[in-house]
Amino acid sequence: MFRNQYDTDVTTWSPTGRLFQVEYAMEAVKQGSAAIGLRSRSHVVLACVNKAQSELSSHQRKIFKVDDHIGVAIAGLTADGRVLSRYMRSESINHSFTYESPLPVGRLVVHLADKAQVCTQRSWKRPYGVGLLVGGLDESGAHLYYNCPSGNYFEYQAFAIGSRSQAAKTYLERRFESFGDSSREDLIKDAILAVRETLQGETLKSSLCTVAILGVDEPFHFLDQEAIQKVIDTFEKVPEEEEGEDEAEAGAAQPAEQGGAGAGDVAPMEM
Amino acid sequence: MTFTIPIENGDAGKVAEAESQRTLYPYVTGTSIVAIKYKDGVLMASDMGGSYGSTLRYKNIERMKAIGKHSLLGASGEISDFQEILRYLDELTLNDNMWDDGNSLGPKEIHNYLTRVMYNRRNKFNPLWNTLVLGGVKNGKSYLGMVSMIGVSFEDDHVATGFGNHLARPILRDEWHADLSFEDGVKLLEKCMRVLLYRDRSAINKLQIAKITEEGVTVSQPYSLKTFWEYSSFHNPTASAEGSW
Repeated sequence: MFRNQYDTDVTTWSPTGRLFQVEYAMEAVKQGSAAIGLRSRSHVVLACVNKAQSELSSHQRKIFKVDDHIGVAIAGLTADGRVLSRYMRSESINHSFTYESPLPVGRLVVHLADKAQVCTQRSWKRPYGVGLLVGGLDESGAHLYYNCPSGNYFEYQAFAIGSRSQAAKTYLERRFESFGDSSREDLIKDAILAVRETLQGETLKSSLCTVAILGVDEPFHFLDQEAIQKVIDTFEKVPEEEEGEDEAEAGAAQPAEQGGAGAGDVAPMEM
Repeated sequence: MTFTIPIENGDAGKVAEAESQRTLYPYVTGTSIVAIKYKDGVLMASDMGGSYGSTLRYKNIERMKAIGKHSLLGASGEISDFQEILRYLDELTLNDNMWDDGNSLGPKEIHNYLTRVMYNRRNKFNPLWNTLVLGGVKNGKSYLGMVSMIGVSFEDDHVATGFGNHLARPILRDEWHADLSFEDGVKLLEKCMRVLLYRDRSAINKLQIAKITEEGVTVSQPYSLKTFWEYSSFHNPTASAEGSW
């Protein structure tokens, strides 16, 4: 992407019919650390890579509980993500209060998408710079949605966003057809394996990832480190010690520049 | 949809604008509703009368209406407020249908929505002067609940409003049991309605029975109950109460 005379504000169209500010917002999503979501008919698993500003600080929270039956994983400007999570929690709790019934996740994502769209059509606003993977339940079972800064939303069987997410997507593409009937345990394993793909060489440790799950008879909750480590141990046969540690330090230092850049002239939001 | 409570300016919002617009008393009222859960769902009975004070003025008022796919609403009290509530629910179910996403509002959701509406109106000293009975079936589960004009709301296996509370509920407490057949349910409701017909001055002998099951709502054609007026005490009513009429 290069600078041009049509990208100053969000209410200016380019001659080729693109809104560059919105596309730049979607770039911000690609710079964030990876978040992955997958679903079966009855469960949704959200997983993300823990990224810390420095060795001294704690890692940023990227997965939020919205309600017992809805969770969200974010990638991009986490501040924007927190604000949107608060909005989602508010919508969910208002619905529960009025109807004593959980808000169907499909309706929540539409509200969210409409909120994001507003920011693409006001000259005094900017688009939210965060992509949201929303997992939740409604009457027809478990669903996973991706909400874009553009105001679009899509339903997925499995998806990954953020930096180096292409590796995870490739892994998920190979396996997604079996997810519908997956058991809860297999789904968690696939999520962690997908996270491993984004680490590209770093040893996978339970401290590097956060995993959360929700299901038809299971309210949203995070898996603890032990549970994640147990799953990792089932497939990580030989933990590489010295080499692995060095790579892990270098990898954690700076956010990667590359990240599934959109091909040529096709606007990402149209894909 | 989000139910937003309009926030008016400070304390002024506590009482409805302009005294002349507050609800003070009802004008055209419907009398009791009686409803029970039975084997396949819920049965509800009401007469078709609308009283104007002590005059039995209107004799063709349907006080039970289907709401959406899964619910049935019966109301006693002010008829115009009932019609207003039907408009609110119309909007609600319309918006719910417009989502077209496989999710739909069931009886529990509608009952809670109505509770919120009734309670909020009561808080503004401008109540909808009704006692509502909400019954329905969704995904095989029957639901029966009630909301009063002050926002008191609960669920039960059998409910009654107005005079029905005093005359019908004792009968239901004794004779209701789970898994009543349709015929037994109707017989039980008719027994309650007959007592109400004899003893409630605002009752008329033209009633409807509505049934709601998984398949949907059916409201019967109006019909009358057989009554018997040849009891010996009716021949000389003041025999044991000299001076009364």
